[in-house]
Amino acid sequence: MAYSEKVIDHYQHPKNVGTLDKSKNSVGTGLVGAPECGDVMRLQIEVDDATGIIKDAKFKTFGCGSAIASSSLATEWLKGKTVDEAVKIDNMTIVEELNLPPVKIHCSVLAEDAVKAAINDYRKKNGLEELQFEEKGVH
Amino acid sequence: MLQFPIYLDHNATTPCDPRVVEAMIPYFTNNFGNAASRNHSFGWQAEEAVDYAREQVAKLIGADPKEIIFTSGATEGDNLAIKGVYEMYASKGNHIITCNIEHKAVLDTCRHLEKEGAEVTYLNVKPNGLIDLAELEAAIKPTTILIAIMYANNEIGTVMPMREISAIARKHGVLVFTDGVQAVGKIPVDVNKDGIDLMAFTAHKMYGPKGVGALYVRRKNPRVKVTAQIDGGGHERGMRSGTLNVPGIVGFGKACEICMNEMESDTARIVKLRDKLEQSLLKVEESYLNGDKEYRLPHVSNISFKYVEGEGLMMGFNKNIALSSGSACTSASLEPSYVLKALGLGDDLAHSSLRFGLGRYTTEEQIDYTIEQVTNTVNKLRDMSPLWEMFKEGIDLDTIEWAHH
Repeated sequence: MAYSEKVIDHYQHPKNVGTLDKSKNSVGTGLVGAPECGDVMRLQIEVDDATGIIKDAKFKTFGCGSAIASSSLATEWLKGKTVDEAVKIDNMTIVEELNLPPVKIHCSVLAEDAVKAAINDYRKKNGLEELQFEEKGVH
Repeated sequence: MLQFPIYLDHNATTPCDPRVVEAMIPYFTNNFGNAASRNHSFGWQAEEAVDYAREQVAKLIGADPKEIIFTSGATEGDNLAIKGVYEMYASKGNHIITCNIEHKAVLDTCRHLEKEGAEVTYLNVKPNGLIDLAELEAAIKPTTILIAIMYANNEIGTVMPMREISAIARKHGVLVFTDGVQAVGKIPVDVNKDGIDLMAFTAHKMYGPKGVGALYVRRKNPRVKVTAQIDGGGHERGMRSGTLNVPGIVGFGKACEICMNEMESDTARIVKLRDKLEQSLLKVEESYLNGDKEYRLPHVSNISFKYVEGEGLMMGFNKNIALSSGSACTSASLEPSYVLKALGLGDDLAHSSLRFGLGRYTTEEQIDYTIEQVTNTVNKLRDMSPLWEMFKEGIDLDTIEWAHH
């Protein structure tokens, strides 16, 4: 199966690989997937307390090229968004942007899940109620 | 000068040796006859060519030419042997013993027969990929008619103890079938010394053309028969009807002859390169060899690089290096290799495996390049692997509650 150029580009030059200090209250961490399934994503956001804007986002991913590209792209999109805007990131936009084939849609779902998990972790740390999300059920 | 892409997937298929192609060419054009045409020189010529190839093929495995049934390949051979024995020996019993790391052509054939009333025992393999002989013997019943165990495994290259297996089978009067696809032409295989009654193998794994293979069917001690699965003109002693693929068979014969003559020198060269590759890659932290180090083919190495995913790993170099992974992220099931799982590997290690299959034309330069590329990609991907980070922080990944999906 051939990868799209965008996937290859993210794979070769991943954006925002790294680790944020998860002990900070301004940092939310989402860890999704499982080693048994062949992909694990950890996505982190750092929120500016005053503005509610995500000022930094980092990821680390164990997985195929599409999983790496999906998380890399998600971190790019997260930066500069408010947390409320970030919640709206939809996996299908990732699929379209990266031209993911049907067998790789789960990679985008995982990225969306990672974003939501990171946001909820941030909310929890800051005394906010966790958001409830519908199951995508594509895995 | 290093040319790309480098081919290191010789367990999937091999290129045709130019000497094989050269031998085949006249049989497409001038010598196009049907080997079954008895009344003219075109037919005689084709028949002569097939007879000669039959001798070449038989010689490689220590068989009599009459014991070679030409097929379209090993999948057909596997089907013909197992289904053919099941039908032919129905009055003797319905029990077949095989193992859980066989090729799908064997496993699915057995599953098919189960629906028709067969009883099949799937032996588990030990962590090194070999079957337990005591377990094999214990599985034999009065109704057992066939033991179907592969000669060598396609993913990890382990070589089964055929002589011990056939000795047990003989003792209990059970036939032995082996899928010899990966072994024939690569290591010495002798149907008499190894006590094999039936064996499927194919040309394209040994530098011959695709679409042609053979089933060895023993004629003496004991005389074995299989029920034909394709009906028609009664070719191949009635066991496999269909006009013979003369050019393919000629190429197959030539490929066997070359393997016979050059196996020793090829192996000596390839095993050195394989060992160099393997030793270098096993120096990478948290890398593991899959299968048995001793009982295996000379040209295969299957290695897991923990904390990186196989498909992602291959993407780092698959523009320049062609090989296979035990990970199955491309398939909808997301299930990693059943062979690696049968060894008891965790899914994480099975997802992290690469199979290197070297061949006749592999060079040291290619191996050096591969070592460098694989090592660099593993390191790069570990830098972005959350699992690697956790491992380095001393976190036991088994204690984490993963969100399974």
